[in-house]
Amino acid sequence: MSEIKARAEQSRHKKAAFGIDLNLEEFSRQGGNWEYDPDYRQFSSEERSRLLTAGIELTDEDHAATFLQADKAIVHCQTRQPGVEVLPITQAVDQHSWVKDHLWGLVAVDADKYTARAELELDNGYFIRAEKGAQIAQPVESCLYLRTDRFSQHVHNLVVVEEGASLHIITGCATHPGVRSGLHIGVSEFYVKKGGQLTFTMVHNWGEDVHVRPRTAVLVEEGGRYISNYLLLRPVKTVQMYPTVTLNGEGAMARLQSILIAHPGCELDVGGRVILKAPHTRAEVIARTLAIGGYSMARGHLVGTVPDIKAHLECRGLILGDGVVHAIPELEGRVAGVDMSHEAAVGKIAAEEVEYLMARGLDEEEAVSTIVRGFLNVKIEGLPQALEEELEQAISETNKGL
Amino acid sequence: MLVIDDLWVDIGDKEVLKGVNLHVPVGETHILFGKNGSGKSSLLMTLMGFERYRVKQGRISLLGTDITYLPTFERARLGLGLAFQRPPTIRGVKTADVLRVCSRGEIAPEVLASLYDFNAFLDREINYGFSGGELKRSELLQLLAQNPKMVLLDEPESGVDLENLQVVGHIIAHLLQKQRRRLHREKSGLIITHTGFIMDYVNADRAYILSDGRMCCQGNPRELLHDIKNYGYEECARCRR
Repeated sequence: MSEIKARAEQSRHKKAAFGIDLNLEEFSRQGGNWEYDPDYRQFSSEERSRLLTAGIELTDEDHAATFLQADKAIVHCQTRQPGVEVLPITQAVDQHSWVKDHLWGLVAVDADKYTARAELELDNGYFIRAEKGAQIAQPVESCLYLRTDRFSQHVHNLVVVEEGASLHIITGCATHPGVRSGLHIGVSEFYVKKGGQLTFTMVHNWGEDVHVRPRTAVLVEEGGRYISNYLLLRPVKTVQMYPTVTLNGEGAMARLQSILIAHPGCELDVGGRVILKAPHTRAEVIARTLAIGGYSMARGHLVGTVPDIKAHLECRGLILGDGVVHAIPELEGRVAGVDMSHEAAVGKIAAEEVEYLMARGLDEEEAVSTIVRGFLNVKIEGLPQALEEELEQAISETNKGL
Repeated sequence: MLVIDDLWVDIGDKEVLKGVNLHVPVGETHILFGKNGSGKSSLLMTLMGFERYRVKQGRISLLGTDITYLPTFERARLGLGLAFQRPPTIRGVKTADVLRVCSRGEIAPEVLASLYDFNAFLDREINYGFSGGELKRSELLQLLAQNPKMVLLDEPESGVDLENLQVVGHIIAHLLQKQRRRLHREKSGLIITHTGFIMDYVNADRAYILSDGRMCCQGNPRELLHDIKNYGYEECARCRR
């Protein structure tokens, strides 16, 4: 047994540091045997519209590459542009000898039972690489899809942006309209090499009883940029994630933005951590949480280990009706000369703001919508039109629940 | 235009207006004086229909329509417009968005803003980090977009420097159609002021002093201001008795 396997085996039952503990034996490992589908013919219109709300357009058009995994099965994997390579991770390991060395390089296999399970019972995952200097203008679309009820999906993803390359990935994670419960474990390791740029937009649209445990770590080298956008607008049972970005080279930068809506019965524990280890690195973590009956723990952690770094954490929560937003912003300066700040605010919509807009002619519902839209107004570049509409839809539905 | 008849208003357990009567005819601008806490702002907030201001008795009508218990947005749509003294900040909502709301999408915010050198603020969050003068200009531009028939201004010159005061004065004059002959004006105004500076830009027709929730001493605006300066508000309150 390899050392990694042994460590995973030892952590098979290890509880995660955060989030409610799940009994993994309650989920099924019997996923569907979905066939490879070059033209997306097997997807019903109902599934298509479901996937669309997770930003997945099910077309090779306007995408540099596309990848779709349903349960265990790779259903679609297509590369259309030179300079970008997309493969199932299991195939990438066979094809490139160096890939293996990058797996578990950033995330510890023995971090908890979820990482362990991803190693011990891996289904698959994506490997996406932008070649040195390649400027990939169109986004790569990847989709991790739960198509069978109660299935526990285990993926390990690897993204490598080589020196000077630029890449935008849109990952949509969704469940089949008929799936209510399940578990998704996703280990993701991203390497942004010197001067590279990665924009990673992740949209979750899971079922109401689905549990989600992403385990993400990112390493950004000198002059590299990593921008993460995370949208969770629809009901889910629990999500616990705390992606960690390490800025390892001079002038590297990271921005993590998240927009979360905590619906009734939903328990979120979502954070973002950036470790600034090189001079002149910069980081920004921006979280907006809207609680409409659910619970949301919003974490943020900035660690400055060298002088001449600059980082800001902004964590804002809005509670409409019932709900809990628990914000825990942390700043950890380990040396003199760091410049780190945070802004955290949790509250309800102020009556005077609603009245102000009503005095301009908006009725109460329109006024609240305008305020909520403003609250969630985080500039996300390159968001597909369908997602813009989904965000708008979620906001208007949010109001109806008031 | 605006008729207020025996208006009694509470905020919580506190009586803030005690039988206020007022009539602002079409085309006229009236001034409201009064020391801090006399109920001036409460009157404007009540006219706008804000929830905290509970009407116990009396009637408010705008152009013949009883608006006493109408929700705020319906009053706005009927033609009532208020420039706030201290407008709230709404994070994430851009000034341009609010201007668009005010004009119901009929006037491009850029066009309006360029008239008063306000384009740089369109992309900023409404009222966030605005200076005193910027707040007032923002409020007045919103009213220009809204184009109300009855204009309510709560201390439009407070916190405004001399240079901005001129701009503010011109916008208000424009809002109240002061360039037209009186007979042709369709807009009316009710303005709260402490200093009276605004009267250099806007000829007012009548003024009142509000004291402890009651109207007293009405008359010529300049004469009243003169009396207040020379004898103080207390004397005006006594004068009524």
